[in-house]
Amino acid sequence: MERVDNSNISQASLNMKKSKSTVLWEKFVEKIFFISACMAIISIATITIFIFAKGGPAMLEIGIFNFMFGTTELGGKVYLWQPGADIYHIITMILSSIYITLGAIIIGVPIGILTAVFIAEIAPKWLVKIMKPAVELLAGIPSVVYGFFGLIIIVPMIYEAYGRQLKGGGNSMLAAIIILSIMILPTIINISIAAIKAVPIEYKEGSLAMGATHIQTIFKVMIPAAKSGIFAAVILGIGRAIGETMAVILVAGNSIKFPTSISDSVRPMTAHIALEMSYASPGLHENSLFATGIVLFVFIMLLNIALNFITHKVGE
Amino acid sequence: MNNMKITVKDLNLYYGDFQALKNINIDIEERKITALIGPSGCGKSTFIKTLNRMNDLIEGVKIDGNVMLDGEDIYKDVDVIKLRKRVGMVFQKPNPFPMSVYDNVAYGPRSHGVKKKSILDEIVEKSLRSAAIWDEAKDRLKKNALGFSGGQQQRLCIARALAVEPEVLLMDEPTSALDPIATGRIEELTEDLKKEYTIVIVTHSMQQAGRISDKTAFFLLGDLIEMGDTKKIFSNPDDKRTEDYITGRFG
Repeated sequence: MERVDNSNISQASLNMKKSKSTVLWEKFVEKIFFISACMAIISIATITIFIFAKGGPAMLEIGIFNFMFGTTELGGKVYLWQPGADIYHIITMILSSIYITLGAIIIGVPIGILTAVFIAEIAPKWLVKIMKPAVELLAGIPSVVYGFFGLIIIVPMIYEAYGRQLKGGGNSMLAAIIILSIMILPTIINISIAAIKAVPIEYKEGSLAMGATHIQTIFKVMIPAAKSGIFAAVILGIGRAIGETMAVILVAGNSIKFPTSISDSVRPMTAHIALEMSYASPGLHENSLFATGIVLFVFIMLLNIALNFITHKVGE
Repeated sequence: MNNMKITVKDLNLYYGDFQALKNINIDIEERKITALIGPSGCGKSTFIKTLNRMNDLIEGVKIDGNVMLDGEDIYKDVDVIKLRKRVGMVFQKPNPFPMSVYDNVAYGPRSHGVKKKSILDEIVEKSLRSAAIWDEAKDRLKKNALGFSGGQQQRLCIARALAVEPEVLLMDEPTSALDPIATGRIEELTEDLKKEYTIVIVTHSMQQAGRISDKTAFFLLGDLIEMGDTKKIFSNPDDKRTEDYITGRFG
């Protein structure tokens, strides 16, 4: 009897201990979560402050409008970017970024959405089993590999297609657009598939039950019902395209001049920052690159705001 | 002898290895309401879906036997698109599309190639009137259909189904998600609709079957146990199992 009592007591005290340590553990884990959550916030805050601290004064010194949209004329020549002479204008980089992103969207979005429809609705199961992992693999390829692919396959093809006339040797806006179109596909496809699959089956049944065909059902009911998700996919695709650097540097040609045709060599903002940062002299030159970063940052912010707006409004 | 709109002969349906319908033989009369009753899982919903081939959407479904619509085998002689235009369906859960009331009703006719605005306007009004929802909908044609109440949505879905001018209207537990008042309105509506349409309705509610149907078919575990005039089924069924079910001894 005594023994039994003893064991009961020790059991009870053990339970007490356990619950005490459990409470401590709980608190500890909560702290860990909190610290982890802070890391992301601290990072974004630090990056933002750093970019604005470095680039902001430079932007004000050059003049915001002058920096973003101006040009300098000297002796009948138009100068855009001459760090030696303290001439800093990024209008061509802004335009190049916008053009290649638009181009990538024009090519990539329809292909991406149609692929998503195919995988979500039309393809037989065995084909889906091949295509979905393939698309996911596409998302996992490092951007430098895309750039390399562009450099050895796309660029020469463009050079040939233009009859070997291009000064840039095929390095061009078109090459960047083609590579970016491919790079944004996984984002657009995967999110669009999720959006299409989230459409209630009742919509599909309702449409088919009236004698609409499968294709009519897809385009008239399912895609409209999935439109907020598809918009989100497009915006994330734009974000990826406008922020892409490595692949673009390798194929775009990187000339600082006004883009006038898709065969022109162009230098978008991301490529500009990456190319000059390695040799920029401290001072206005280096800080003007941070200022370029601010412009890029604001572009991405606007996209995110648009994304939030769309997912909240269109979904209703 | 009344006109038989649909004749089902020796119908068997399998989901993979599971046999969901066993040797079903039914005649469905033109411009009458036929109610399908039975406990959950008895096959009544599966059966109604064979009448416009909605089971085609489910993988692994195998069907043998004949379903004749006006003497044509719908699994052999009739194109599925044309079949579904002739045999419309209203579902358990109201499922208006997330678009305007007008576009919902015009959806079917547009799918079948009607483009002219004046014709569409006419079809929309006529369908909404037939489904007894015109008064509530006429000032909200451009508003999103999802803003309607459940009962209104279901009548809108009936209007949408009527807009393609079907001959048969299948209703799969159309009032199970609705409150008693909305249910009453749909029941009244079916009375009007049977003047023009052949109606087949699946219902969980025996009272509903008793109130609105002319014929009743009782399903149990994939078998059609008994079919006949609703009055007879409810007052003097031939089969003991029908009587047990109707008097509430199971199900």
